[in-house]
Amino acid sequence: MRFLAAIALTWITATTAAMANTGIPTDGALGFQHAVTPIMERIVEFHDLLLWIIVPITLFVTALLAYVMVRYRAKANPVPSKNSHNTLLEVIWTGLPVLILMVISFYSFPLLYMSDEIPETDFTIKATGYQWYWGYEYPDHGVEQYLSNMIPEDEIVDGQERLLSVDNPLVVPLNATVRLQVTAADVIHNWAMPSFGSKIDAVPGRLNEIWFQVTELGTYYGQCSELCGRLHGYMPIEVRVVSQDVFDAWIAAEPGTDDANAILAQNTADRATRLAQLD
Amino acid sequence: MSADSATHDDHTPSLWDWKRWVYSTNHKDIGTMYLIFAIFAGVIGGAMSGMIRLELAEPGLQVFNDSFKLFGMLEMGDSHNYNVMVTMHGLIMIFFMVMPAMIGGFGNWFVPLQIGAPDMAFPRMNNISFWLLPAAFGLAFMSMFVGGPAGGEGFGGGWVLYPPLSGLTGHPGPAMDLLILSLHLAGISSILGAINFITTIFNMRAPGMTMHKMPLFVWSILVTVFLLLLSLPVLAGALTMLLTDRNFGTSFFEPAGGGDPIMFQHLFWFFGHPEVYILILPGFGIISHIVSTFSKKPVFGYLGMAYAMVSIGVIGFLVWAHHMYTVGMPVDLKAYFVAATMVIAVPTGIKIFSWIATMWGGSITYRTPMMWAIGFIFLFTVGGVTGVVLANAGVDAALHDTYYVVAHFHYVLSLGAVFAIFAGWYFWFEKIFGVKYNSLLARLQFLFFFVGANVIFFPQHFLGLNGMQRRVPDYADGFANWNEISSWGYAIMGVGMIIFFLILIEAMMSRRKGEANPWGEGATTLEWTLSSPPPFHQFSTLPKIK
Repeated sequence: MRFLAAIALTWITATTAAMANTGIPTDGALGFQHAVTPIMERIVEFHDLLLWIIVPITLFVTALLAYVMVRYRAKANPVPSKNSHNTLLEVIWTGLPVLILMVISFYSFPLLYMSDEIPETDFTIKATGYQWYWGYEYPDHGVEQYLSNMIPEDEIVDGQERLLSVDNPLVVPLNATVRLQVTAADVIHNWAMPSFGSKIDAVPGRLNEIWFQVTELGTYYGQCSELCGRLHGYMPIEVRVVSQDVFDAWIAAEPGTDDANAILAQNTADRATRLAQLD
Repeated sequence: MSADSATHDDHTPSLWDWKRWVYSTNHKDIGTMYLIFAIFAGVIGGAMSGMIRLELAEPGLQVFNDSFKLFGMLEMGDSHNYNVMVTMHGLIMIFFMVMPAMIGGFGNWFVPLQIGAPDMAFPRMNNISFWLLPAAFGLAFMSMFVGGPAGGEGFGGGWVLYPPLSGLTGHPGPAMDLLILSLHLAGISSILGAINFITTIFNMRAPGMTMHKMPLFVWSILVTVFLLLLSLPVLAGALTMLLTDRNFGTSFFEPAGGGDPIMFQHLFWFFGHPEVYILILPGFGIISHIVSTFSKKPVFGYLGMAYAMVSIGVIGFLVWAHHMYTVGMPVDLKAYFVAATMVIAVPTGIKIFSWIATMWGGSITYRTPMMWAIGFIFLFTVGGVTGVVLANAGVDAALHDTYYVVAHFHYVLSLGAVFAIFAGWYFWFEKIFGVKYNSLLARLQFLFFFVGANVIFFPQHFLGLNGMQRRVPDYADGFANWNEISSWGYAIMGVGMIIFFLILIEAMMSRRKGEANPWGEGATTLEWTLSSPPPFHQFSTLPKIK
């Protein structure tokens, strides 16, 4: 009995976390969106470290400035010193920043190489940027290109997000390591997904690659991040992370068709019901 | 010199003689024209940022739609016009506001005065340098009203002008061609100016003024104009290739013809990165003078300060691709640019600490320019540390092309460069115009600018971290809160701008006679030995420097 309860509890936390933390901007947020890939988790960690460096530096400079402003105001110090050199001091404020930068690079370079070098992947997706929508292919699954357009504001239904939801999302299985190849057909676009730590230019005549491995179920939103003309702000990216079964069914139903989208809708509805039952 | 001139004796032509300005070969008159031009362009560029902040004040399209009319008459069009606003705001502020104010305005005025020279080395070239600018501005302005992309007017591809969006694919209309010609003219103007400054500074220093005795402002202009001279030809080359791609069927940047759009980005940023130092370096010089003057102390570590600027200039040429971490560069190349970029933090740190050390032990009076200078030091520090964050390509994957970047470069430019310009303006106002300004109003303006600018740009860090991308007229509802606050900040800064014009009008009307040196013993450079305003021609006998 205790064993079952433990399982249930794990499941509840896992699902609620996944539902609550879909990758979407939140009002008044101060930091990154929820991290769901190993790369983004490392980025968040590294950025936290940087904050511990840059905030104290800024406060230190501000404090110094405030101190000299008060201590050496004309009233308190009517006779200025003529001192304009101090070799030791100059060596310190040249050397100390160098040390700090070395600490930063000690963490920065491993992150860079880790995110840039593509590990062994399970399959490849190809994304093509157009003015102003995305096209996705799954060459390893024999899925030909389907198009992903933003849902216009007046057609938004419940559960969809203005400016973010698309008609045919990108779908990946949970925990799969995916290679994403990105290119463009007209002008430069950029495939960006804040929760994944992914951001790569889609350049005509070039094939760029990134990888991600999403560790939480859910729906994640991103937007084109390179100015690409009139409707640059209206070509979002939506990624659904589902279980392997749902993914297989979706592939079988031919992505981009109503059947495939029905499977995704069913999946979302199922999870909503499961959650409702748990409440 | 017309014979009926009222001030015939010192050969000063009348203010109202149009030939004095159009045919001017006088560095002070040309400097004044540059400053007035910069104010004019700044108002237009600032009004554009007003349109941007108005649109972004809440989610949805409020301004750039079919029904909105500005002042009940101006139709603002669609989201393409928003892109045009963003593009022109950037170009105008960079090429027609900050550069003319710092280099053309203060540079022309005070480089000859501070080195004890009678004028610039090539006075006629100085004239053409200035007059190319209004022509360039005119072309840029016209570009907004001719065809750009299909069904739209003006160029809306960002100040970086990346092809293929700036090529026939994205903007087939003539707007982009006008913009290319505009930037060519502005570039020629700056290159001629750079040649003029280099020659002046190398050859026309007063007897006894060695390079290592030159005031830091002159050093800063020297480094700046070298950056201009070396970087602008690269931009000119890239723009010319773009022009022939568009008009003569070449395919430098056209993948279908074997060209590479990324090549343009490399060329552009080889110019573009030195360009951002061009915008801020003269500010470093101005701030050094002000901090030293009002602390009544010589600048701390003069040589360190001068060579910090030189090294910032040199390294500035070696870091360009940190603007391009997401284009798909090899990882080792990215690693190099990370390392090179972070190195710049060292000379920048030297400058910040040396300014504070200059104040240390001083006898500081808080006159108006000093307030702007201290504001600059604080804000530049904030903009500097976020630069260190962005230098790391790993984190940049999350921050590239987001509002974090917008916040970063506005902290160093909108708050850094602009605060330095206002600091210089109030430092030299009396010298330039020969009248005093109302310092109470000027402090009030500082207050509004300091608060307003921070309210605009600090929340943009949060927007960027949360993923809001640049250059969009509408945003996901989750970004609404900080955007609204940011737009209120614009209103606060706008009040500051109105106060600025009140100060001008008040000073013009009350005509309190300026002193030769209003700042006392701390002001040691040569311009303070002359009357305010200085005579039309100065230093006919060269001053001797001990």
